Amino acid sequence: MKVLVAVKRVVDYNVKIRVKADGSGVELANVKMSMNPFDEIGVEEAVRLKEAGKATEVVAISVGPAQAQETIRTALAMGADRGILIKSDSYVEPLGIAKILKGVIEAEKPDLVILGKQAIDDDCNQTGQMLSALLGWAQATFASKLEIDGAEATVTREIDGGLQTIKVKMPLIMTTDLRLNQPRYASLPNIMKAKKKPLEEKTPADYGADVTPRLKVVNTAEPPKRQAGVKVKSVPELVSKLKEAGVI
Amino acid sequence: MDFALTEEQSMIVKTTRDFVENELFPHEAEVERTGELRKDLYEELKAKAIAAGLYAANMPAEAGGAGLDTQSWVMYERELGRANYALHWNCVARPSNILMACEGEQRDKYLFPAVRGEKSDCLAMTEPGAGSDVRGMKCSAVRKGDDFVVNGVKHFISHADVADFVILFAASGEEDTPRGKKKLITAFLVDKGHPGFVVRDGYRNVSHRGYNNCILEFTDCRLPKSAVLGEVHKGFEVANSWLGATRLQVAATCIGRAERALDHAKQWAVDRVQFGQQIGKFQGVSFKLADMALEFKAAWLLTLEAAWKYDRGTVEDMDMAMAKLKATEMLAMVADEAIQIHGGMGVMEELPLERIWRDARIERIWEGTSEIQRHIISRAMLRPLGG
Repeated sequence: MKVLVAVKRVVDYNVKIRVKADGSGVELANVKMSMNPFDEIGVEEAVRLKEAGKATEVVAISVGPAQAQETIRTALAMGADRGILIKSDSYVEPLGIAKILKGVIEAEKPDLVILGKQAIDDDCNQTGQMLSALLGWAQATFASKLEIDGAEATVTREIDGGLQTIKVKMPLIMTTDLRLNQPRYASLPNIMKAKKKPLEEKTPADYGADVTPRLKVVNTAEPPKRQAGVKVKSVPELVSKLKEAGVI
Repeated sequence: MDFALTEEQSMIVKTTRDFVENELFPHEAEVERTGELRKDLYEELKAKAIAAGLYAANMPAEAGGAGLDTQSWVMYERELGRANYALHWNCVARPSNILMACEGEQRDKYLFPAVRGEKSDCLAMTEPGAGSDVRGMKCSAVRKGDDFVVNGVKHFISHADVADFVILFAASGEEDTPRGKKKLITAFLVDKGHPGFVVRDGYRNVSHRGYNNCILEFTDCRLPKSAVLGEVHKGFEVANSWLGATRLQVAATCIGRAERALDHAKQWAVDRVQFGQQIGKFQGVSFKLADMALEFKAAWLLTLEAAWKYDRGTVEDMDMAMAKLKATEMLAMVADEAIQIHGGMGVMEELPLERIWRDARIERIWEGTSEIQRHIISRAMLRPLGG
C-alpha cells in the first residue's frame, strides 16, 4: 500500500501573529515557520502504517515556495521515504491545492491519502473534502482512529456530538484530527539521513492544475482587543451584574 | 561565508528544543527542589531521549551516534543547555568523545553500549592536589607484570554516581625533559564495582542541583593491560585528540541558559510597569538589555566560528579557549543583569533566574578556569614572538 501525505509550511503555532501595516495579510518576514501540526499527525500515521508493515511507501507532498522543502525534509526525517515539492510562490487556494493533489494522485496512484483536517494559518478545512469530490474517492474526515483491512477501512471520526465510526472503501482520502496520534520527534540520526532521500521538484503546470485564485483578500485585521473585566465584591453583586448584562 | 542555518540544522534545533521544552522543563522544579533526579524519572526520560535520537547524538555515525558536524552539534548543545543540568546531562547523555579511542573488544564493552545508552561513562582527572595543574596528579598506576596497580584519589568527578564505568587518568611514570621531570599519564577504563575501586559521595555545591560530583578512591586496584585506553603513557595524547571540543560544549550550554535568562528579562521589561510606564522604557533597563544581547551574540559567534574551524581542522586551542571564556563570563553577566531587571522577583525560585545565576558560577571554573583560558590565549599570542 502506498500512502501519500500532504504537508503544509505554516507560521509556527508559538508565534504571535502580527498583521501587516497595510492590512494585505499577515507578517511572514523573519517569522518562524513549521509543519502544520495536523499534517505532522498525518505523517506520523503514515509512518506507523509503514512500521506495522501495512504501507510499503510513504510520499510527502507540499505545495509552496522553495522553503517548503524544509517541511518535506521534516517529513522525511520523521520516516517518509521521498518527497515532492510543487513549487508556487503565490498563495494557492484550497481548490487549487486539491486540483494539484488530484494530478499527483493520478501520477502516483496511492491507496491512501492523508491530509491535516485544516492548516493552522487560514483554517480553511476544505482541501481534503474538495480532493475527495474531484477524485470521486471515499472520504473520512476528522479521523481519530484508523484501521485498514484489505480494501476497507474503519475510521473513527470526531464529530460535534462525540465519536462516529464509519466503514469506507479504499482508496481513501483521510483528514486527521488532534487525537489520532502523538507525532514523534524527528530523530537526529534520521534528520541527517533525510538529506539523502529523494525530493522531486515540480510545478502546478506539470499536473495541468489551474490554480488561478477565485478569491480576493480585501483586508486583514487583528481581532478587537479584549476589554478588561469588572471585579465584583460579593455574590449578590455578581448576580445583579449578570442580570444587568441580561445573561440571567 | 554563510550564516544561515541549513535545513538539517533547523530541524536539529527544532527537535532538541521541542524535547527540552516538552520533556525536561516540566521536571525542573522537582529536581531543583529536591536536589535529586529520581531513578525512575531518569530511566523514563532517558528512554524518550533514545527514541528521539538525541541520546549520544554527539557521537560519530560510525559509533551509532547522529554524526553531526561540529556547528550542528553546538546548536544541539545550546538547546539542551537551556534545561536543568541533571536532566539534560544525565537523561540525554553525551558520552565522552574520548571513547572513540577504544579499540578491539573495548568498542563492544564500552563505546557501543555508551552510545546505545546501556552504560554511561564519567571522566576522572581532577584530584584534591591537582586542579588546573593536571599533570601534578598523584594517583599512580604502577606496572606489575602485565597488570597495573592503581592507588590514589580523584574528586569533583561529575555524574560518577550514575556512571557504570570511569575513564581514569593516572600517572604511570616519569620522563626527563629539558625543563625537568615530567609525569607520564595513562588513561584506563575501569568498571564500577571493580575490586579496589570505590565511589563516594562528593560535596554539596552551589551549582547544578541534582547533578552530582563524587570522590573516587583507588586502593591497590589491579587493572589488566586491556583496560588501557590508547597507549601506555599516552593518556594526554588521547585526551588532546578527543577532548578538545568539550570546551565548546561548555560554551554552547552556557549560551542556551543565557538565552533563557535574556528571554525572561526581555519579557519582564515589557510586562512590568513602574512609575506609569514599562520598565523597558527606562534607559537603566533598556541599555542593560542591549549590552546583554551584544555579549550574548558575541559569545555565540565565537562558538560557531570555533566549531566551523574544528570541522576544517584549522581550530586552535586559542579559538576554543576564547569561546569558553566569553560564553561563561557572558552567562554570569546576563544571569546577574536579568535578576537585576526583575528586582526581588528575580531571586525567587518561581523563576529559573536564581538557578541560572547559581549554575553560572561553576562554568567559569570547570573545563579550565577563566584564568587558564586567558593563559592559553595570551601564550598563543606571544609564543610566536619569542615570548
